Amino acid sequence: MSTTFDKVKKIIVEQLGVDESEVTPEASITDDLGADSLDQVELVMAFETEFNIDIPDEEAEKIKTVGDAVKRVDEATASSSA
Amino acid sequence: MRFDGKGALVTGASRGIGRAIAVEFAKRGADVALLGRDVAALEETAGLCAASRPGAVAHLFPCDVTDQASVDEAVSETVSRFGRLDCVVANAGQSTDALLLRLKAETIDRLLDVNLKSAFYLCAAAAKPMMKQRSGAIVLVSSIVGMTGNAGQAAYAASKAGLLGLCKSVAKELGSRNIRVNAVAPGLIETAMTEKMPDVAREYLLKQAALGRPGTPEDVSGAVAFLCSDAAGYITGQTLVIDGGVVM
Repeated sequence: MSTTFDKVKKIIVEQLGVDESEVTPEASITDDLGADSLDQVELVMAFETEFNIDIPDEEAEKIKTVGDAVKRVDEATASSSA
Repeated sequence: MRFDGKGALVTGASRGIGRAIAVEFAKRGADVALLGRDVAALEETAGLCAASRPGAVAHLFPCDVTDQASVDEAVSETVSRFGRLDCVVANAGQSTDALLLRLKAETIDRLLDVNLKSAFYLCAAAAKPMMKQRSGAIVLVSSIVGMTGNAGQAAYAASKAGLLGLCKSVAKELGSRNIRVNAVAPGLIETAMTEKMPDVAREYLLKQAALGRPGTPEDVSGAVAFLCSDAAGYITGQTLVIDGGVVM
């Protein structure tokens, strides 16, 4: 079974057209992976669809790195399945 | 200007300008989604679309455009039926005239809901599939009254002016995804809505029009098709005035 990180990585690679090797937990979504503000909105929407979760705007703003996104998704899926 | 294989969506497609825009798209090759509240009138529009070109596809989506969830649903249903969404026209509109001092809060709310807020919902819903496609054209149907103001039409004018600000902002937000957003500002167009105008107002507008005649819904629909077409590929954030030369 693929991990949250793998799924998040796949979405980011598709969305931003970056190389898989660039998508590390520490990578900044804007500075390292080149996402603009619309890309960030699209990524959050893609996470919401893929994981069937809701990420409020104030939470979405806190997602700076790939690791942040994985953590946010894990928290949301944990609370929705609890 | 052909739209073969493209998907178009028009709100307020039951009659008047919206109906003409729907038929224009159908005639020029697009599959068309018709949004409106009056099912019988939408069916008539669908019939006109079908008659405009052999094989033309028109789907009805009875829907209240002031309800965001209904707009979202109609847009996503359109995308799943047509497989894409290329042209979206926010045309649904209403007019209720009253001098400012007699303008009721309910009237202001209603006109802002129908004429302006519905366009926010439509743009947001359409932006999602268009961003994925990396292409799309949105046209907002404003009015010259939104540019000039008009005594007795403060609420209508404010709602139509609001559309112009929405148009420019969304054009800037979505331009990087090759989504163009423009507005049209019709003047006096012969429709059921303008039939209710007082004669004196009609005469006044006609006198102002360089062309000396009222416009037809087809005068507007041709311009909307142009703005949605590849011929307008480098035009975004603009307002095209279609008024026979009233505002210059």
